[in-house]
Amino acid sequence: MARTITYREAINEALAQEMERDESVIVMGEDNAGGEGSPGEMDAWGGVLGVTKGLYHKFPGRVLDTPISESAFIGAAIGAATAGMRPVAELMFVDFMGVCFDQIYNQAAKFRYMFGGKAVTPVVIRTMYGAGLRAAAQHSQCLYPLFTHIPGLKVVLPATPYDAKGLMIQAIRDNDPVMFFEHKALYDLAGPVPEESYALPFGEANVVREGGDVTIVALGRMVHTSLEAAGQLAATGVECEVVDLRTTSPLDEDTVLESVEGTGRLVVVDEAHPRCSVATDISALVARKAFGALRAPVEMVTAPHTPVPFSNTLEDMYIPDAQRIANAVKTVAEWAR
Amino acid sequence: MTDERIVVVTMPKWGLSMQLGKITAWVVAEGDDVSAGDDLADIETDKIAGTLEAAGGGTVRRIIARVGEDVPVSGTIALIAPAGVSDDDLDAAVAEARAVIDAGVPEDAGGGPAVEAAEVGGRKITYVGVGQDGDVVLLVHGYGGDRNSWLFLQEPLAARYRVYALDLPGHGTSSKDVGDGSVGTLADAVLGVLDAIGAERAHLVGHSLGAAAAAAAAARDPRRVSSLTLIAPVGFGAEINAGYLRGFAGAQTRRELKPVVGQLFADGSLVTRQVVDDLLAYKRLDGVEAALHAMLGTLLDGDTQRIDSAAALTAAGGAVRVTVIWGRADRIIPAAQAEAVAAAARHLLDAGHMPHMERPAEVQAAIEEAIAAAG
Repeated sequence: MARTITYREAINEALAQEMERDESVIVMGEDNAGGEGSPGEMDAWGGVLGVTKGLYHKFPGRVLDTPISESAFIGAAIGAATAGMRPVAELMFVDFMGVCFDQIYNQAAKFRYMFGGKAVTPVVIRTMYGAGLRAAAQHSQCLYPLFTHIPGLKVVLPATPYDAKGLMIQAIRDNDPVMFFEHKALYDLAGPVPEESYALPFGEANVVREGGDVTIVALGRMVHTSLEAAGQLAATGVECEVVDLRTTSPLDEDTVLESVEGTGRLVVVDEAHPRCSVATDISALVARKAFGALRAPVEMVTAPHTPVPFSNTLEDMYIPDAQRIANAVKTVAEWAR
Repeated sequence: MTDERIVVVTMPKWGLSMQLGKITAWVVAEGDDVSAGDDLADIETDKIAGTLEAAGGGTVRRIIARVGEDVPVSGTIALIAPAGVSDDDLDAAVAEARAVIDAGVPEDAGGGPAVEAAEVGGRKITYVGVGQDGDVVLLVHGYGGDRNSWLFLQEPLAARYRVYALDLPGHGTSSKDVGDGSVGTLADAVLGVLDAIGAERAHLVGHSLGAAAAAAAAARDPRRVSSLTLIAPVGFGAEINAGYLRGFAGAQTRRELKPVVGQLFADGSLVTRQVVDDLLAYKRLDGVEAALHAMLGTLLDGDTQRIDSAAALTAAGGAVRVTVIWGRADRIIPAAQAEAVAAAARHLLDAGHMPHMERPAEVQAAIEEAIAAAG
């Protein structure tokens, strides 16, 4: 797989290949068609950051621009899914989910259970998350813990172009509602991606770097920050194993536990706030099921418990960086009772 | 002027896209005497881990590349020389080599030769060729493999021959549709690639299921096959590890796949996480699972072999010179079946089912001998 494309292109390609394969796949959201009917067809944005660019003309009638009413179009997507379509709806920024949360957590997530397994809701809700783009408090949050908390939702956070394509294809083929989180700062990240279609199963973490001293569990953009830290630490003789969770629901507990059983030390890196988060969840999992293997207390590297600041300087300090991760790794590596 | 008695040990090129390698351990130390074939160092790339063997004998006088350091392909990592070579000459060579290692991979280094594609029976068949002169050699991988299975061999053989490696239908970047999945369909791809590269004749080297495809191609058109080298071929006996085949086709996760793939090698430590991840990425491509299961039906009759490659050799009429290579520790197809091959030459090596990955230098020598003997 020598071909290299970006994270953005990988998601676009997954959408295009699944739309080609299955006529019931449709795309909808604010400005997803982008410039439809305007003279500059090729200039059409395709969503606010261009992920669905070009799909409108490739699949006439199957890319729907919606009004700026999340409660209406997310509800419409969920309804269409219950009626046999496979909609991929774009909830532009996850920060906006407040206005359509009922549709997601109290409707879509419940149907399989409330109808005794007879109803399926194959909807994908794509959404952007994360800080670093100077978008301040209302457009920068990492709200995946809220969705991870809800049974009946699957929650996916690809870190690489390869994973983005394979996980999106799986999301579309999956019969349950899937929340698909795309980090804004990863869209231009390039990596090898096969041209052919492939689905990556949910609930399979990826060990992206092997090492015997400290386990770093990370997700989304933090996988790359953790790898940067692991590279620096290797030069000082500390070998980190970096586990990318890929999906927080379902969660691959085995890979996390096996890694900690090998290293005895855990640092969890999460861009979300530190309370009731994936970081606390993984810490609790390890404390409960791998206590005997632990040789140091678990460390968490997260954003602080504050909204994302508007000030550039403060925002840069807010996001976990390689130095903070390296410090946490050193703390657990050197810890003595 | 460098002393001609200095033998330079260089970073090998394992795989056409390899640019850097890393020494994970030196097996030898300065002052050790080595002979050709002795293990020198463990080397790791972003794709694979392997052991570098000495190409020639002598005393290891200088070790240049440090453990853990990235070294560009063909960069000098050690010097072997007799006692008569002066320290000054050696140190000059070390300085030169150190500069190459420190410079790293040049910016304009390509990502390897281009992948080409032929259309055979409505299927896209991809292949890669290297080497400028000499006879055409076509390498045919086995079940679940791809053209990269030859990573230790294609480049070294290309010093003397034009060496091509293809992806059989259902494998690599070729079409995943295998039709009936028969050996005949696979042989079509072999002959189709020869047509596409304009080769009237070629030396065919096939591994396992690929050996059956090569033998079937020879049976269909013996005049096009200058020699036939069969590595751990299917079709020369009843016994086969059906559990391995079904396990490979059925494995869905890394945990399921790793122990299965371990059976391929005499030394299971060759199966790195990267090897398993690459295989898993292949298996997850749309159509691959169906292709692997279709070919299971070609390979197996119950728990025994269905393919008859011996009949294919008979059909080729004895006109083609056959060489057979087998690993004594093969856990997929027993090496005893080598006796059933009507071969002009037999090479039994200390390897499992993957001699071309486990003992590449010996396999290369056997292939070159086969080609030379074919005249």
